[in-house]
Amino acid sequence: MLVKDITILNSVGLHARPAAKFVQTAARFPCEIKVCNSTKESAFVNAKSILSVLSLGIDQGHSITIHAHGEKELEAMEALEKLIAENFGE
Amino acid sequence: MSQKFQGLPASPGIAIGSVWLYRPSQTQIEYLTGCDPKEEWERIQIALQQTHDQLEGLFEHTKKEIGLAQAEIFEAHQMILSDPDFLTTIETNLNNHLYNAEAAVQDGINSFANMLLALESEYFRERSQDVRDVGKRIINNLLQVIPQSNLLPDHPTIILAEDLSPSDTVQFDKRFVLGLCTRKGGPTSHTAILARSLGVPAVVSAPFDWTSFDNEPIAILDGEKGELLLNPDITTLERATEQQTNIKRQNDVLISLSHQPATTVDGKTVEVAANIGSNHDAKLAISMGAEGVGLLRTEFLYLNREQMPSEEDQIPIYREIFEIMADRPVVVRTLDIGGDKSVPYIGFPEEANPFLGWRAFRMTEQHPEILYQQLRALLLATTSTTDLRIMIPMISSISEIKRARTIFDQAIEDLKIEQKPFTNKIQFGIMVEIPSAAIQAYEMADFVDFFSIGTNDLTQYGLAVDRTNERIAHLASPFHPAILRLIKMTIDGAHAKGKWVGLCGEMAGDPLATTVLLGLGLDEFSMSANSIPQIKENIRRLDQKACQTVAETALNLSDAKDVIDFLHNDDQLKQKMGW
Repeated sequence: MLVKDITILNSVGLHARPAAKFVQTAARFPCEIKVCNSTKESAFVNAKSILSVLSLGIDQGHSITIHAHGEKELEAMEALEKLIAENFGE
Repeated sequence: MSQKFQGLPASPGIAIGSVWLYRPSQTQIEYLTGCDPKEEWERIQIALQQTHDQLEGLFEHTKKEIGLAQAEIFEAHQMILSDPDFLTTIETNLNNHLYNAEAAVQDGINSFANMLLALESEYFRERSQDVRDVGKRIINNLLQVIPQSNLLPDHPTIILAEDLSPSDTVQFDKRFVLGLCTRKGGPTSHTAILARSLGVPAVVSAPFDWTSFDNEPIAILDGEKGELLLNPDITTLERATEQQTNIKRQNDVLISLSHQPATTVDGKTVEVAANIGSNHDAKLAISMGAEGVGLLRTEFLYLNREQMPSEEDQIPIYREIFEIMADRPVVVRTLDIGGDKSVPYIGFPEEANPFLGWRAFRMTEQHPEILYQQLRALLLATTSTTDLRIMIPMISSISEIKRARTIFDQAIEDLKIEQKPFTNKIQFGIMVEIPSAAIQAYEMADFVDFFSIGTNDLTQYGLAVDRTNERIAHLASPFHPAILRLIKMTIDGAHAKGKWVGLCGEMAGDPLATTVLLGLGLDEFSMSANSIPQIKENIRRLDQKACQTVAETALNLSDAKDVIDFLHNDDQLKQKMGW
C-alpha cells in the first residue's frame, strides 16, 4: 500500500471542478484509493466518490493523505500527485 | 398592507408585477420495510437510467439556450447520480433494512445532503441542494411523477421560491420571468447566476413569509437594493415605475441606436464588434448592435476535457456561431492556452513564468497538429457567407507569422484537394499583444491582412506587470503613454501597408479610452456586448479630428495618471459626452 501526504494549494481547495477531476482521475484505476483531510483529522473516504470527497470539506491550505492499495497503485498515486501539482489543470 | 423584506442583491434592475409562488409539490414518500431487495434494486436501476437521460437532455437544452457554463451543473448532477458511495448506501439500505426503493434513495440523499450541510463553507452547503435536487428527480422517476410543467407561470411574473435549483429554473419560460426572489441562497447561488444571464433582477435571502400571500399580490423587486416590497402603496408603485421606465428608456434609446453605424460627427465610421465565447453570446451581441465578432475565444472547447477535441467535436460549435453571425465578420482567435490555463492532455510542464512561457502559438513548434486541426475545423464549419478572420495569438516575430501561415495554407490546400466546401471570404491576421510585434508592426504587416491589439497582455508585457498580482495590478494601465505609443505604432504600421487594425482588450469598452483610440485611427473596437450601445453612442458624438489632437497630447504626457486626468478633464469632451 502506498501513502502520500499532500497540501492542497490551489485557491478554491478541493471544490467544484478540481474535486470532480480528482475523483475522475481516481476512478480510472482499479486499486482501492482512500483519502482523508488530515488537517481536520477526518476519517478516510472513498476517493472515487465525489460526495465523499466533497464531505471532507478540503479548503486551500489543508493537507490530505492518500492511500492507494492494489492493482496499479503506483500509477494511481502518480496520476493524483501530478493532477494536484499541476493545479488541476485550471 | 404593504410589507418590505430586505434580502441580498443578486442581480440588478427593478421588476414590477404580480408574484408567482413556486412551491414544488412535496412528493410524499412511503417508508416501507420487508421489500424484496432485488426487485427494488431493479426499479432503482430504471429510475437511474431515466434520470441520467433527463440530465443529459437538460445539459444539451441549457447549453443551447443559455450557455455551456450554466449547463455544466447538470454534468455535476450526473456525477452525483453515478457516485459509487451513494449507490452503495442505497444497496445497503435495500439489503439491510429491506426498504422500498423510494425510502432507500431518500435515506441515502438525506445522509449525504446533511453531511455537506454540516460543512463551514457556503460552497459545500449549496452543494447539498444539488444532492437533494438529484434525489428528487430519482424519486419522481420511481413514482413516475411528472414534474410540474403545468404548474409553471404562463404570464410574466416575479417568481418567489424557497430556493431554486437548476432543475427548477430550467423549466421556466424565460419570457415570463420578470425577476427571481428566494428565501434561501447567497449571491453566488444558481438563482443569481441565472438571473444575471437572463438580465432580470434577483434578490436572495429575502425573509418573506409564505403565509402573507393572498392571491398573486403585486410586488416590486429591487435587485440593486436587495428589496422585495409586497402590496406597495400607490406612491411607491408610481415612483418605482418611473425609475424602471427611466432605466429602460435610457437602455432602449442606446440599444435602438446601437444598430446604427458608429460614425463620428465628421464622418469617420469605425466598426464596433463583440468579444464572445459561445453561441449565446453571439445572439446577445447581435441584439446589442454588434457589427461582427472581433474576438471569438476558442479555449472553452479545449478546457475541462480529458482529451483533445476532434474536428467533429469542434465543427458544430463553430458552425452554430457562424450561422448566427451570417455574413458579419468573425475574428477567431486560435487556441490561446498555457499561461494561466492548461489542459491535461497537452501536458504542460511546470513553469516559473507561465505568462512568459510555452503558451498559445508557441506550442505549435512541438504540436503543429493542434493548430492545423483547429484551422481545418474552422474552415469546414463556415457557411458560404461566413466572413472568417483567423487570428493567431502570442506572435513575437516574423518567422512565427511565416510558420503560422504555412500551417494555415496547408489546411486550405488540403481541404481543396479533398474538395470540401468552405467560405472564400478568409482573412489571416495576428494578435498584437507582445511589444516586439507592435514595434515591428510595419514589417509584419506585409504578412497579414489585419492586426488585433490585445491591450490586456500588451500592457502586462509592456510594463512588466503581472496583472494577477494584486499588489502591483494597479500599475497595469493601458493609458500609460508607452502603451499608447505601442498602439500607435501598430496602427501606423498597418495603415502604411493598407491593412486594418482592431482592438479587443478591455480598453475598447472603456468610455474613457474612446477618444484616444479614435484619434490614433483604430478601425475596429471589440468589446463585451453590453458595452456596445454606450460606446457606439460615444463615438457618434465625437469629432475624429479633435480626437487626433487629444491623442497627440496624451502620447506626450508623462504617465498613466496624467493621461487619465487629462481625458477626464478635457472640456470639449466633457460637454459632448455628458460627463
